[in-house]
Amino acid sequence: MAHQIVATGRSRTGIPTGRLAVWWIIGSEIVIFGGLIATYLLNRFNHGPSWSAEAAHTNTFIGAANTFWLLTSSLFVVFAHAASERQDAKKTRMWIWLTIMLGGFFMGFKSYEYVTEILHGYTIFTSNFWSFYYLATGLHGFHVLCGMVIMAIIAENDIKNERNWHRVENIGLYWHFVDIVWIFLFPLMYIAK
Amino acid sequence: MAEVVHVEVGHGEHHDDHHELSFWSKYIFSTDHKIIGFQYMFTGMAMALIGGYFAYVFRMQLAFPGSSIPFWGTLSPAAYNSLVTNHGTIMIFWVAMPVLIAAMGNFLIPLMIGCDDMVFPKINRLSYQIFLLSAIVLLASFFVPGGAFGGAWTSYAPLSAKAQYNSTPFGAPLWLIAVTLEIVAFLLGGINFITTTMNARAKGMKIYDIPMIVWMIVIASILFMCSVGPLVAGAVMLLFDQTLGTAFFDANAGGDPVLWQHLFWFFGHPEVYVVLLPAMGIVAEVTCTFARKKLFSYKLILYSSIGLGILSFFVWAHHQFISGVDPRATYLFTTTTLLISIPVAIMLFAFVATLYGGSIRFTTAMLFALAFTGEFLLGGVTGIWLGSSGTDIYLHDTYFVLAHFHYTFVPIAIIATFAAIYYWFPKMFGRKMNESWGKIHFWGTIIGFNGIFIPLFILGAGGQHRRIYNFQNYPDLAGADMQDMRVFATMSLIVMLVSQIPFLINFIVSIKRGEKAGKNPWKANTLEWVAPSPPPHGNFGPVLPEVYRGPYEYSVDGREKDYWPQNEKPEPEAS
Repeated sequence: MAHQIVATGRSRTGIPTGRLAVWWIIGSEIVIFGGLIATYLLNRFNHGPSWSAEAAHTNTFIGAANTFWLLTSSLFVVFAHAASERQDAKKTRMWIWLTIMLGGFFMGFKSYEYVTEILHGYTIFTSNFWSFYYLATGLHGFHVLCGMVIMAIIAENDIKNERNWHRVENIGLYWHFVDIVWIFLFPLMYIAK
Repeated sequence: MAEVVHVEVGHGEHHDDHHELSFWSKYIFSTDHKIIGFQYMFTGMAMALIGGYFAYVFRMQLAFPGSSIPFWGTLSPAAYNSLVTNHGTIMIFWVAMPVLIAAMGNFLIPLMIGCDDMVFPKINRLSYQIFLLSAIVLLASFFVPGGAFGGAWTSYAPLSAKAQYNSTPFGAPLWLIAVTLEIVAFLLGGINFITTTMNARAKGMKIYDIPMIVWMIVIASILFMCSVGPLVAGAVMLLFDQTLGTAFFDANAGGDPVLWQHLFWFFGHPEVYVVLLPAMGIVAEVTCTFARKKLFSYKLILYSSIGLGILSFFVWAHHQFISGVDPRATYLFTTTTLLISIPVAIMLFAFVATLYGGSIRFTTAMLFALAFTGEFLLGGVTGIWLGSSGTDIYLHDTYFVLAHFHYTFVPIAIIATFAAIYYWFPKMFGRKMNESWGKIHFWGTIIGFNGIFIPLFILGAGGQHRRIYNFQNYPDLAGADMQDMRVFATMSLIVMLVSQIPFLINFIVSIKRGEKAGKNPWKANTLEWVAPSPPPHGNFGPVLPEVYRGPYEYSVDGREKDYWPQNEKPEPEAS
């Protein structure tokens, strides 16, 4: 099906269609995480002391380290975008892979955190705080993982073959969004005790 | 999405010729927006037949409790619950959504904005495949141990959260998975509709030249996208409650069952407008074409629908007036609920004003559009009682509520859809449907529909509660006069269902043998009537159309013809 679609190439708004779609995807994700975070906040206000006591058991150090990895990776994906604007395939791939590496650090720390918590008896069944904790951070971690896979595909399938440069910017937008979700989750789950 | 070179030559756009495709790639794995629209439409029609059959079975039980029902047998209480639940679920998620938004959106948007396909054809195909999977999952839930989920389409916790309460250990999670897949399908479809309309409009099509139905589908998609997120989060929580044993909605373990109601209705009420708006758009198109009049106050309708969309996020708790929400909050939600009737009334009045002074043609499509305006009005007006917290406390969970929302959903999902099918059938298949059979279908449907729900209004106001398997077990509700009305409603349902037979025959026969329609059988203005009927792959041939004016320039003074297609070049000014 090498049929070329005129519609895909049109841009009446002046924004490339792919980027426009990524913004709408982010819009729909905002309400998914928004619903989750609003639910968490409502519960936290309703069950103040017991939830605060539970939240005291999360590992703030690992949360902070993970915040650092993600924020740095956001910087790297900006470098990747800048390199893609110059159509510099080598630099673009390097920065994308560095971003993926930091995503990997995040996932590694996250796994260590989950394992220690479960070994200490804080599972998804322990209480509603822990149910929320695993649901929200798990859903976020899933998004990080998806972003890493998509970035690997873009680096090896598109940038290596010097095509579809605009995809770097699109995945960058998504990656920033995933970071911003973490910026909300980190204080709610790890700092507010 | 592959980078596509944007070719503009002269005043048109050119694209490749294409070669003949095999049956599988042409009809099953097609990326053509028209074929995907048909896939959605036929799946939706099949699901509508299943949903209608369910309604027939449980209405027969209510009219003749305990007797053996033709084409089913004796109905057990558990099966009754499953049928009622899945009737509601199917009619909203697998009939109204796919036909009104996905089928119409896919078929009409690229044609009406003058381009050759959706901007993301492959995502479009994926959307339908996920949708089909969701329908299969839902139907499969009838064949698992314990049967299909029976806790109502709202799936309230804690009934839905624990198998020990709902006794459908597999049906309940399957129901939830099916609904979630369906939501994913429509998120993908919605992103396609929005970006296509934003970016792929024909040259010259300015923002107020977009046909109303396209606007309505786009606004509906945005509404859906903005409201469904919390339900996705809630669905994951409920699925964890059902399968893993967490306690998000279990009050015994610190959870909150009312939370589910908030998450559900934060989506569930905007959802009403998600399906209402495309129906309004269809009625706008059909009314203008057959009244030969410009749409009354295009911009006012557009702004009202945007206002309606915004307001729809602040009304959800009117479903929960007796669920323990703060009584002070009910004032707030009563106010917003009554306010939201204003934009809806504006739209209905605008349709009536469009008719004023027009030369009206009573085609079947027009009859259905007129019927929508009248019948939906009844549904809207009865909503005033339910939106006011005072009366709602009395009427809540009675057949009055049931009759009210059927007076909104049947005009939306059935009547407006038929208007659309009769109106765009010539474009879809190149032939017209038979008008005489169409009118028999119309009157049977309308008489049957009113015959079902007017008695149910009376029964509901008389205190008949919903979700009851056999009213003979309740002395207050077992009287002969009430039972007569139940029998009358069931007979009317059979009239309505039988009236669909002429439609189905007419539909199938007209595809092959109907009167040839030509490009523009209704003498309408919008761009889809510029394309051949049925439109080929790529829609408009080598040169895509350009737009010079709005979509509703009917009966313009000083013109010989009473219509003025959007793509017709203006005559050079005589100086």
